[in-house]
Amino acid sequence: MNNPQLDQDGRLRHLLSIEGLPKKILNQILDTAESFVGVAEREVKKVPLLRGKTVCNLFFENSTRTRTTFEIAAKRLSADVISLNVNSSSQSKGETILDTVDNLIAMHADMFVVRHSQSGAAHFIAKHVPPHIHVINAGDGRHSHPTQGLLDVFTIRKYKPDLHNLRVAIVGDILHSRVARSEIHALTSLGVPEVRVIAPKTLLPAQVEKLGVHVYHDMKAGLKDVDVIMMLRLQNERMSGAMLPSAQEYFKTYGLTQDKLRLAKSDAIVLHPGPMNRGVEIDSSVADGAQSVILPQVTYGIAVRMAVMAMLAGGQGGGTQS
Amino acid sequence: MKIHIKNGRLIDPKNNIDAKLDLFIAAGKIVAIGNSPADFVPNQTIDAKDLIVCPGLVDLSARLREPGDEYKASLVSELQAAVAGGVTSLACQPDTDPVLDEPGLVEMLKHRAKQLHLAHVYPLGALTRQLAGKVLSEMGELREAGCVGFSQANTAISDTQVLWRAMEYAATFDHTLFLHAEEPFLAKDGVAHDGEVASRLGLKGIPSLAEVLALASILRIAQETGAKVHISRLSTAEGVAMIRTAKQQGLNISCDVSANHLHLTEHDIAYFDANCHLKPPLRSQRDKEALSAGLKDGTIDAICSDHSPVDDDGKLAPFAEAEIGSTGLELLLTLTIKWASEQKVDLARALAYVTQNSAQILGISAGDLGVNNDADICIFDANEYWKVGANTLKSQGKNTPFTGLELAGKVRTTLVHGQIVFQR
Repeated sequence: MNNPQLDQDGRLRHLLSIEGLPKKILNQILDTAESFVGVAEREVKKVPLLRGKTVCNLFFENSTRTRTTFEIAAKRLSADVISLNVNSSSQSKGETILDTVDNLIAMHADMFVVRHSQSGAAHFIAKHVPPHIHVINAGDGRHSHPTQGLLDVFTIRKYKPDLHNLRVAIVGDILHSRVARSEIHALTSLGVPEVRVIAPKTLLPAQVEKLGVHVYHDMKAGLKDVDVIMMLRLQNERMSGAMLPSAQEYFKTYGLTQDKLRLAKSDAIVLHPGPMNRGVEIDSSVADGAQSVILPQVTYGIAVRMAVMAMLAGGQGGGTQS
Repeated sequence: MKIHIKNGRLIDPKNNIDAKLDLFIAAGKIVAIGNSPADFVPNQTIDAKDLIVCPGLVDLSARLREPGDEYKASLVSELQAAVAGGVTSLACQPDTDPVLDEPGLVEMLKHRAKQLHLAHVYPLGALTRQLAGKVLSEMGELREAGCVGFSQANTAISDTQVLWRAMEYAATFDHTLFLHAEEPFLAKDGVAHDGEVASRLGLKGIPSLAEVLALASILRIAQETGAKVHISRLSTAEGVAMIRTAKQQGLNISCDVSANHLHLTEHDIAYFDANCHLKPPLRSQRDKEALSAGLKDGTIDAICSDHSPVDDDGKLAPFAEAEIGSTGLELLLTLTIKWASEQKVDLARALAYVTQNSAQILGISAGDLGVNNDADICIFDANEYWKVGANTLKSQGKNTPFTGLELAGKVRTTLVHGQIVFQR
């Protein structure tokens, strides 16, 4: 079974999921991102690594934040960027995903940043593009959102450099979350010894423990002595129905408040992938509090996405030569 | 036309024959086994040296895609595939377009199939109109038109009142029901076994509980009504245990497993292989082992191909959006041989699961080599390997999880009604 993300020499060809990526490549991405953090602080916020390349943001599912950060990342690398919201144009006319992709390849796109509501969509596209095209998964269904997972561990590494000595809790809707899956794989691959998931049984996937996590249903027990708390967004449509009775009850049992935060280590940091539901999964006083690193996550997200693009198309580090 | 098949290893599970014996055919019938009848002068002699001569295979679940879905497959292509796989009789599912819920459609299908002089086609009629699970179809008329039983294909009857009445009605007239046990609310939008792999890949799961609950209802209602029920494509360990208990309690029930589920698990989905998008979903290793054990101890009666050809475009989509199904008629024999050799089951015994047992479930006269039977025969080389791929498959649907694999068991000659309908 070939790893579709790597080329024959084991270098990164596509970024589709964290799972299956060697630790060496993960560290290479994080180290490369480190070198891009400073770019935003310069007067000219640009490096010429992707000059002449065309990056195509192909969003089959709506997103503002992720698409914007990918756009900024590509522009800071001097690439030409096109952003398409495909669900509002071609798909409604019956064009298939591959038709859309083929047309853009005919227009000489070099890299696709893909978001789609179906798990496996990025793998599917990657399987069908010619060898010189690179695919970055910007979120596929419930499966994976690898740059989010990477930017989260990048942020954690900034505040807690010794990953081998951390206790991390991921709280909320694990079942439907591609972010949670990516975080779990990133953390376990990089050697974090204890990753906990905290959720009601209805929001945990079957046999979740096989992903290498410890399962908690009681938030107070789960948060005890952790160094990092990663909150997940609860989608509006899950707030009441067969999975949960109400947003209020959810907040009461799984919402992160100052009281619950105190159970973690005193220097624990709090992450959230955004957009937040204040008062549902997180209390405003925590989101805006001293332990929150939610905004730095956004800033680092650009550096991490620059690193991935540079490695894929720019021939940097472990990336393929183009 | 008189044919003499000589030097072959003759396997006839029903009549307990596994020996080097010749077989003699005249006027479409088997006229003798072993010694030549007096004055028998063959028009043709088939030398089956080093080959196995067995009854033509009987498949319990195939989709021929006619009427309506000819872009996926046609009667001609799929019946050619059947005989190329040694299958001489098959039951076809009613989920065509239009649905097989009208006697006229069944007659037409039977008639067209007959004219092709390939495999025999035994339609399963729709149990409810449009397969909608609400109104019973005209089972009596459909049976007269040629239906050997009634099925809901992949859909379920979610209304238990309708399920109960359907089984009561079928029991009144002794119709056999072919039911796929899957509780529709639990299975809703699911595309893979609700286990480790679905969790990892973020695919919506179909829990084993969906099969267990549906099966519990079906078994209980069958017991209550006395309906003759065949469970199609069992997939879970719990399901096997339930059938075993039901049989021990004397319930008149039979069941099959698809050849895919005997060999594959959820892990074969790997990186979203759309060829593994099947119904029921590929389940865990534990389930696979339980299915094998159930087959060995007689809990499961037969192996079916679950032949569901899909065109390439149908599979060209992300996993959940890819169409369900894989081609199977040409793999049934080879996968049965593979199972027998892996499980150290005598080949003659294993062949019963795709010949005599399935014929008995369908209530048709086929699946054995009794004298005076129609000469529906499969001659194959059990040791010859072939590579599964678009160029080796006759079926119009080239999609299967086994693509690229080298499998043992190659059909050399297939006879239907004493006529050679396939030869390589």
